[in-house]
Amino acid sequence: MAQLNERPYPPGEYPVVVVGTGPGGLQTSYYLTQLGVNHALLSADEQPAGMFQRFPFFQRLVTWSKPHAPVEKTERRHEWYDWNSLLSDDPSLRGSVIEFMDGTSYFPSRPEMEKGLQAFAERAKIIARYGCRWESTARDGETFVLTTSDGEYRCGTVVFAIGMTQAWKPEIDGIDLVPHYVEMKSAKEFAGKRVFIMGKRNSGFELADGLLPWAKQLILGSPRPAKLSIITHSTSGARARYMQPYEDNALGGGHFVLDAAIERIERTSDGYRVHTSGTTKPGVMVFDVDEVVAGTGFTTPMGDLPALGVKTFYQNRLPAQTPYFQSATVPGVFFAGSVTQGSIGLKKYGIPSNSAAVHGFRYNARVLAHHIAETRHGVKVERPSVDPGRVVSYLLDEATHAPELWNQQSYLARVLNVDRARGITDEGIVPLQHFVDSWGSDAVAITVETDGTGDIHPALYIRRNASTEERMLASNPLNDFSTSEHHGELTSALKPLID
Amino acid sequence: MSEQADVLESFAGMSLFADLAGPQLEAVAHTFDEDFFDQGTRILRRNFAGSGFYVIIEGEAAVQVDGKEIATLSRGDFFGDISALLNELPSADVIATRPLRCAVLAAEDLDGFLHSYPTVAIRMLKSMARRMRTATAWRS
Repeated sequence: MAQLNERPYPPGEYPVVVVGTGPGGLQTSYYLTQLGVNHALLSADEQPAGMFQRFPFFQRLVTWSKPHAPVEKTERRHEWYDWNSLLSDDPSLRGSVIEFMDGTSYFPSRPEMEKGLQAFAERAKIIARYGCRWESTARDGETFVLTTSDGEYRCGTVVFAIGMTQAWKPEIDGIDLVPHYVEMKSAKEFAGKRVFIMGKRNSGFELADGLLPWAKQLILGSPRPAKLSIITHSTSGARARYMQPYEDNALGGGHFVLDAAIERIERTSDGYRVHTSGTTKPGVMVFDVDEVVAGTGFTTPMGDLPALGVKTFYQNRLPAQTPYFQSATVPGVFFAGSVTQGSIGLKKYGIPSNSAAVHGFRYNARVLAHHIAETRHGVKVERPSVDPGRVVSYLLDEATHAPELWNQQSYLARVLNVDRARGITDEGIVPLQHFVDSWGSDAVAITVETDGTGDIHPALYIRRNASTEERMLASNPLNDFSTSEHHGELTSALKPLID
Repeated sequence: MSEQADVLESFAGMSLFADLAGPQLEAVAHTFDEDFFDQGTRILRRNFAGSGFYVIIEGEAAVQVDGKEIATLSRGDFFGDISALLNELPSADVIATRPLRCAVLAAEDLDGFLHSYPTVAIRMLKSMARRMRTATAWRS
């Protein structure tokens, strides 16, 4: 056991400082180390993955890790079946969360998730300075100066992996009277009570689902109708596993899911009075309830970053970012983890990326580490050559199996560069937005896309003479895009580029 | 003032939503997503599928065809409407010429939204008619 005076990364000057040891910070640090980029990893917590000691409140995540997947956990393809483990090029480090799951669910419990991430950090030898809280940020020319509870850190590049985990409430009269999701009491304390839950996104439905065995009546209210993942084809919708309260509402079982603007909340002698106005069905509704909980979402603990010039949006809850997760307004400040949902990409069909969750942002972290290594620290990342005769089968295999393309649909792309002199090179996984708007030479990118009808298919982007053309390939009932029909389609589409 | 109140108040000040009562306006403000685009970012891409209907809350944008600017847009203006309504690919690019904050609705959701809020549909129709009048002024 290290002594206190042997703690790693003492205050001082580093090329890169990464703040946070949740999955986003761990993943970024892991790949920076793999790429040989010297950096300090700092954490206010006493151990990695600290968030999973508290959230989600009702014990299980909404992201799957399938114990019996069609492929071995040591294979790259397995990442599509395991949304929670961190990535590694070393097969023995893959699938760490699955090892700790007891088989009762394919959604890991909080302790299972925490153990899996901690095992990864230990086996991958990720070193962090724990108990070191980032307190403020300043600039000294091109250098960022981070003041922490342990002293001052100076760096040219800083990565904030600080999570979107701080309670957020909208401006409503009386909302300060009621607890937020993060202040939730144990479920049994709601036994026999009438409960109003503000919010109809995942946190609102998670609370409602968890309280079903206890509360005598649940009323979920928010202005817009609930968006459900099975309708929107997106994990940003309320997830199917929390839908029991919604079914109860649909069957007239006594619990209600209402579209109502909440005007104000008052304290009464034995509870609360919630004043609302119907939105999809106009009319005033007033509820006298025993408890109110605000399942109104989360914000990023931005600290003094806005004062540093970091532009925010979405009710100031997210920093605006470039496709490579750099602050849109302060070069040198980058983000990792769930905060990378502030790099919105193309958001085709209104479907956001999966950057809010581990299965999306773990890939962003790898892309970010490569970007930082190459553009700010002179590291040369190898671009393997691809035989022209292999291009079609390689791209179709990626569309069928690549976990990056499935987990970050229409957001991350596999890119092959086409150069008459140098031949075809594999550029790796690239943000789609960067490719379609900024790629410098002739190239092709492939992604997986779910459209507005729910059809899942490969989408091809062909860049020639500084202009990008979009082509959709056919879908397949079993999501197999390597059929002879797909080979024919892709061969024909690529003819002008690689003939 | 928080940005959330700002969005709601922005909507309240826009002619597009002028006929909506308070709760409906709040529901509309929640129905749209809010996105930010840095200066120089392409928002609508010509001939790309899966675009949206955008209402500008703050900032400015240019409508371009083959790199040539054909119109400028600012607070209260909307774009992406024609491709969303006709279920066609956008026929122009829209690029942020200043940092741009928009309220966004997926193109597939526009029909349903306008059915739910017919007064917005009328306001939109009038705005589009004015656009058409300007475009066909040479006839008179």
